[in-house]
Amino acid sequence: MIKENLQLDENGRLRHFLTIEGLKRALLMELLDTAESFTSVTEQTVKKVPLLRGRTIVNLFFEPSTRTRTTFELAAKRLSADVLNINVPASATTKGETLLDTLRNLEAMHCDMFVVRHPNSGAAHFIARHAAPGVSIINAGDGRHAHPTQAMLDMFTIRRHKGEFHRLTVAIVGDILHSRVARSQIQALSTLGVKEIRIVAPRTLIPACAETLGVHVHHDLREGLRDVDVIIMLRLQRERMRGAALPSEHEYYQLFGLTEDKLALAAPDAIVMHPGPINRGVEIDSTIADGPRSVILQQVSHGIAVRMAIMSRAMQPRPSQEAAP
Amino acid sequence: MTGLRIVDGRVIDPASGVDEITDLFLAEGRVAGLGTAPRGFRENQVIDAADCVVCPGLVDLRGRCREPGLEHKGTIASETRAAAAAGITTLCVPPDTEPVIDSAAVAALIRRRAERAGHARLVPLGALTRGLAGNALSEMSALKEAGCAGVSNDCYPVENLLVLRRALEYAATFDLTVHLLPQEHALANEGCAHEGAVSTRLGLPGIPAAAETVAVAACLALVEETGVRAHFALLSTRRAAQMVARARHDGLPVSAAVSAHHLHLTELDLLDFDSQCHVLPPLRTQRDRDGLRHWLARGDIAAVCSDHQPHEADAKLAPFSATASGISALETLLPLTLRLVDEGVLGLTEAIARLTSEPARILGLDRDGTAGSLAPGAVADVCIFQPEAYWTLGGEALLSQGHNTPFLNWEMKGRVRYTLLGGRVVHALEEADLRS
Repeated sequence: MIKENLQLDENGRLRHFLTIEGLKRALLMELLDTAESFTSVTEQTVKKVPLLRGRTIVNLFFEPSTRTRTTFELAAKRLSADVLNINVPASATTKGETLLDTLRNLEAMHCDMFVVRHPNSGAAHFIARHAAPGVSIINAGDGRHAHPTQAMLDMFTIRRHKGEFHRLTVAIVGDILHSRVARSQIQALSTLGVKEIRIVAPRTLIPACAETLGVHVHHDLREGLRDVDVIIMLRLQRERMRGAALPSEHEYYQLFGLTEDKLALAAPDAIVMHPGPINRGVEIDSTIADGPRSVILQQVSHGIAVRMAIMSRAMQPRPSQEAAP
Repeated sequence: MTGLRIVDGRVIDPASGVDEITDLFLAEGRVAGLGTAPRGFRENQVIDAADCVVCPGLVDLRGRCREPGLEHKGTIASETRAAAAAGITTLCVPPDTEPVIDSAAVAALIRRRAERAGHARLVPLGALTRGLAGNALSEMSALKEAGCAGVSNDCYPVENLLVLRRALEYAATFDLTVHLLPQEHALANEGCAHEGAVSTRLGLPGIPAAAETVAVAACLALVEETGVRAHFALLSTRRAAQMVARARHDGLPVSAAVSAHHLHLTELDLLDFDSQCHVLPPLRTQRDRDGLRHWLARGDIAAVCSDHQPHEADAKLAPFSATASGISALETLLPLTLRLVDEGVLGLTEAIARLTSEPARILGLDRDGTAGSLAPGAVADVCIFQPEAYWTLGGEALLSQGHNTPFLNWEMKGRVRYTLLGGRVVHALEEADLRS
């Protein structure tokens, strides 16, 4: 539905990675396959491939992040790229330098790729539209809009455990309204053709017209978990209690926290996922988070291979390579 | 008596019910006659208006010039020049300048500068509350004396309903029309797009339709209580338009307008985060757009305005929610309204009424023929446009200092050839321009 497809070049190759929306199933599968081939790299003693040697990648984070930034950094280093981490506190941009100024300054240093996290929805699209030709943008989370690399590593984890997508029923539980992760997961799961996607939350945390995303909406966790193959729990931001979206952590945990008795309603081999960081005892019981059904730590390690795949696919060829006879 | 003769045009004057191909005679800044020359008339200038519609100069109920205070976005000279090119001869400016129009001095300054520029008449709206801060009443009597056609708190919140009630009562004391922008700020909750399928998809903070309907309901109750004449300056939802229509049916002294862009664009136009479509109230659903068209056709929405908001380029160069809202809209007001004729929403005369006689009535400028009419004796503000002329909106061609419009490269139909202000030509399109 995006008017211009910013993400693909004229040959249908990945140029930026901004959102799952508008990407074909075949391309997502290719990325997952590429990631699979990189997992062996991360298990070697010398954890490097020379694919992006001599290229410069900037992690440009306008929002604090530890895990996402670290896995992007590791992924870039394992591809032999040079990495620059720039954390821009929200206050810096209010001092007069616009996002575009920041971008132009960094472009002047001849960087090849920007990994961007920003609090405004659409920020990655904006940067991609104004970036110099040959510079790739990877969206590491923009506002409530998208977090496509997280969604891809979740798909990777699901595929490793479940194989085919088309037989799966997946439940996403928690704050869907404010979650960029949920939006990207829903788009990825739809594109990959799962049987059913459910979202489970009280009405205050479900976005308007949610069913237009292609999901079934549930307000009862027990009902929502019945016979599902994959359970994705979302992090509950504590400030939601202040914004009158929820009465208390206690009531939330009672109704929407994942506990053993509720997990028992899912398929016997269901896996439990969480994009982290976890609020133990708020959205998930510790024994489940650390238990045999949990694949939460695998998600983190898969993040590196998946991000290596995305970065290597999206990196533009050097101009000299194209000019060569 | 010497004057100007406009020959062979299709004269459409909704105020007096005229629609015929004839000549219009102007002298001494006023309309001197229609059809036959008045006794003793000697023409010293002739405008050939064959294939053109000759109608009253357009009256725009809502457009900002940005002066004083925000001259990097626009000036009275630049924006009134753009208005003249758009056939607009009377432009009503909201009070959100810097300083705010909450004193007679600022209102007088704006009128004086507009007179000096000489392209169009500016009619200021005074602030409803001091500094638009929403807690203390402005000196409305003085603002009226200084030429304000009404009062408004623009899009700024009034502290509570008690202050709003007092402000409406006070305005009613001086027979001032209150221009209301209905939005319940707590419900809007710093949103930037209509709360619906598109905001959900894009992850943009939403403004629910209820933010508008709740405010309209509260305002209607207070209008009934206070008897003030109220004008809903911008409606964006079908439901709110229906509520205003019902209130009118019940005899409340209320009117409503809608911007031209809300009649053509919907939330779907935001889909690639196009910041040019960032407007407040937000673009809503197709159903809302169709509802606004319905109540416009019924006449319960009496006027189409531009809601002109010129911006410097940087104001739109940021992620969607961080951009300034608003469209530079003077120069698309007429063609976008005429498009409704082609789309079967309005007849040509009705469309012209929505841009001339109706807004003039809302501003109270109809009583003495100051605007919106071509009746003999009325001020000779005239718009002459070629209804069948096609043209493409190009950024460089815009005269407004703000080039922020989502309609760039749209093919438009209907082009202004001449604009006359008090019988004087303030805009004439060259033959060369017409071919381009």
